Amino acid sequence: MSSLSLSLPRPARRAAFGQVVLNEARLTRRQPASLIGGIVFPVVLLVIFSAIPAFHLPAADLGGLTPLEVYVPILIVLSLGLLTLFGLPMPLTTYRELGVLRRLSATPVPPWWLLAAQGVVQLCVAVAGIVLLLVTSITVYGVPVPKNPGALTFSIALTAAALFPMGLLIASVARTATGASVIGRLVLFPMIFFAGMWWPRELMPGVLQGISDFTPLGAAVDAMQDSVQGQFPPAAPLLVLVAYALVFGFLAKRFFRWE
Amino acid sequence: MGIPQSTVDRGFDVRADRLQRAATRPALEIEHLRKTYGELVAVDDVSFSVTEGEIFGILGPNGAGKTTAVECAIGLRSPDSGTVRLMGLDPQADRDRVHEIVGVQLQAGALPAKLRVGEILHMYRSFYPDPADVGELTEALGLAGKLKDSYKSLSGGQRQRLSVALALIGRPKIAVLDEMTTGLDPQARRDAWALIAGIRERGVTIVLVTHFMEEAERLCDRVALIDGGRIVALDTPASLAARARGGTTVRFEPSAPFDDRLLTGLPEVRRVEHEGQHVTVTGTGELVNAVILALHTAGVTAHDVRLDSSNLEDAFVKLTGNHPDQEGAAR
Repeated sequence: MSSLSLSLPRPARRAAFGQVVLNEARLTRRQPASLIGGIVFPVVLLVIFSAIPAFHLPAADLGGLTPLEVYVPILIVLSLGLLTLFGLPMPLTTYRELGVLRRLSATPVPPWWLLAAQGVVQLCVAVAGIVLLLVTSITVYGVPVPKNPGALTFSIALTAAALFPMGLLIASVARTATGASVIGRLVLFPMIFFAGMWWPRELMPGVLQGISDFTPLGAAVDAMQDSVQGQFPPAAPLLVLVAYALVFGFLAKRFFRWE
Repeated sequence: MGIPQSTVDRGFDVRADRLQRAATRPALEIEHLRKTYGELVAVDDVSFSVTEGEIFGILGPNGAGKTTAVECAIGLRSPDSGTVRLMGLDPQADRDRVHEIVGVQLQAGALPAKLRVGEILHMYRSFYPDPADVGELTEALGLAGKLKDSYKSLSGGQRQRLSVALALIGRPKIAVLDEMTTGLDPQARRDAWALIAGIRERGVTIVLVTHFMEEAERLCDRVALIDGGRIVALDTPASLAARARGGTTVRFEPSAPFDDRLLTGLPEVRRVEHEGQHVTVTGTGELVNAVILALHTAGVTAHDVRLDSSNLEDAFVKLTGNHPDQEGAAR
């Protein structure tokens, strides 16, 4: 009768986890903030940008790319940022406030299942958002197909790995869901600036670009842009993302509060 | 209203009988439990044991350490020192096993507002190896028509019943009900009491945390009175009350005048007082039965019989020095 002996057989445990994921998915559908942030908002921005004629013209200072091509990776990181820094911490903070996590810790299943289930759901939303963004940009607006899809997937996964623990940390620092949304905003806006949302990285002055290289979303856009162009991204942006994932992973593990 | 007293008495008899039958093995055993939060000593050297089949009350003002003690008992908190055995298991070492045999009812609100009753129940059901049937359980708890309703749309009483349903869905051996009637209106509270009695009929041992005297008095076989993190008394509600007051009071309106000596001669009676049409008799033991019987043989009927039912409350005040309704002021 050790603490590791689980009397729920493995398939039943998987089914139970499935139930938790299913309910998280239902909640995400009923409170569609993360669907709007992760799927609708980036695609709407894409549609708006492509209505601007200049966005379709290759620009010399963008290395011969059209602004629309430059913006596709930026919109991908926007979707990821909104999902991990808002979509993830908001429900988790609410659950802690309500005592949902505590209630779950009084059952045979561990409360981290709820975190994992949230992660699964947000990941699915992210994949849906990114696929929709890419498909729309390619089929409707004629943006070239990413030349190195493997590298792009890898860069996206690494970005998600860097952002996910940041979301958990926000959920730990914030006492309420409102607090989490304020912190999320404070963290996301400067990061999304350095990702090039208002001013593409290629056009930033040297100093800003230097800073951008060391921000998670700046490094993410850098890596994704290279992947879209067909090269495997250089080590620098990937290492920046790995470093964020490790540091924030450690901090989130250290500081996450269940109650 | 002569009948309620006899009902109460029979109630106690049944409890005593059940206690004797089940007094073989403790469902929960706590020894020298101590838990501090920094400087604050929440629970200090608490020991008690709950017999299988018993309804055990933990009574005390807010902040007395009731919830902490219970949380240690079910493994939600680790005690600083002392031992806890739940059906022979250590809740710290055998957390998963313990959570399979303990059903916990926590205070309301611990569920996402937009999930539906059925969705919540099916999810919780999947956590247990031998769960109860959702249909049966919701039928028994009066939630059968509510499966498609969101948690948000439920009334306070319905939320409470859902919370009880979640405590029972894993077919627990022990149910821990924490302040389950706090915030309920009187009718809902009465329904909840009937519900608790029903749970016990299923053979479930119940630990009931409450700060309502009446609740403990009605339901519990034994009560531990906790104050300032310590057990100040542990006994049956009747004995606790008797200890504090040394008696019961019955007040009634006789159908005809009678000689006081008819009652003062009874061994149970200590004092007889008249107040207008009403007679107040103070005494001990089977006071009401003795009084009614004596009056009956003299051809007198007692109308409008009232019992002083705040006995445990008196015990509480006397033993803790706190008034239970002034929790804030007491600390």
